[in-house]
Amino acid sequence: MAKHRKPTLDRRQVAAEILKHRGDALVVPGLGAPTWDTAAAGDHALNFYTWGGMGGAAMIGLGLALAQPKRRVLVITGDGELLMGLGSLATLGVQQPRNLAVIVIDNEHYGETGMQQTHTRLGVDLAGIAKAAGFRASGTIYGGAQLKAWIPRFYRQPGPVFADIKVTTQSAPLVLPIREGPALKNRFREALLGAKAFE
Amino acid sequence: MHRVLSEQRVRQVSYVPDSGHARLINLVRADRSMRAIPLTTEEEGVALAVGAWLGGEKSVLLMQSSGAGNCINMLGMVNECRVPLLALVTMRGHWGEFNPWQVPMSQATVPSLEAIGVVVHKVEHAAEVEETVAAAGRLAFNTCRAVAVLISQRIVGAKQFK
Repeated sequence: MAKHRKPTLDRRQVAAEILKHRGDALVVPGLGAPTWDTAAAGDHALNFYTWGGMGGAAMIGLGLALAQPKRRVLVITGDGELLMGLGSLATLGVQQPRNLAVIVIDNEHYGETGMQQTHTRLGVDLAGIAKAAGFRASGTIYGGAQLKAWIPRFYRQPGPVFADIKVTTQSAPLVLPIREGPALKNRFREALLGAKAFE
Repeated sequence: MHRVLSEQRVRQVSYVPDSGHARLINLVRADRSMRAIPLTTEEEGVALAVGAWLGGEKSVLLMQSSGAGNCINMLGMVNECRVPLLALVTMRGHWGEFNPWQVPMSQATVPSLEAIGVVVHKVEHAAEVEETVAAAGRLAFNTCRAVAVLISQRIVGAKQFK
């Protein structure tokens, strides 16, 4: 197993840097800190914040990407959330959605539930798994320059694209977006589909 | 069932392998207006349906009753968000079953699905399948709810271990 490399990036800065370039992209943040990070980068009707359904973020992204092939879809989730739905990487690999990127903000710990180490701290290589599952681009990101080089790929490279971004365990102030399910769903669908959302 | 899904303009059909659904899966795979999406576990199809609906498409999940338990927490998201989901479930562990390990989940299928807010329609006879799937689809997509059609092992037949 490779020697552990200490993460240095800050999760909030990473999320803000990525989302600064979002344009008309559709964003699915995984539950917990990635939802707070996405909200902190600026609330948006085309964010479908998840507050539950752990392990489902990548699959929500797939359903959305297939339904909206002309729009870019970003799933921004955590290492624990993705580990709970690891099989979904295989399902995404089979479907090959060209407009989907799965981005893991990986602090190698379960930050919402007691800071226990996740499998990624113990040697599991998510980018390697994604690559083996058939993602067209996959990498682990440790530094700011590397992140900068990857950001255009999140939005433009034919997907599925996968990135595991290593961040510190430094926690940031809670930024809580709206949380009622129907409100989130209706806000998102109205922004995307217009009046058809309520047919 | 394929005709009903087509009439109701279902676009994303997710499934885990199932001999009871084998013919439907083949029809979906051959239908250019539908996307066949094989899953590694049933709950993926529940989350997929959320994304599909957010994007303006209808999704259906094909599975066996053995997988109902896998879906429970993800169905909580569907329930909270009022996302329509149609699940077509072939029963295992029931009529004429040989494999004892299938029986507990079979017994728990209806109570666990109902406990997480899924409307359950049971079908015991082949002649009722089409109208039940159609009614379940209308209920799901018109009222934004999760609806499961449980198709009896009496119709699909118990797996033969020989």
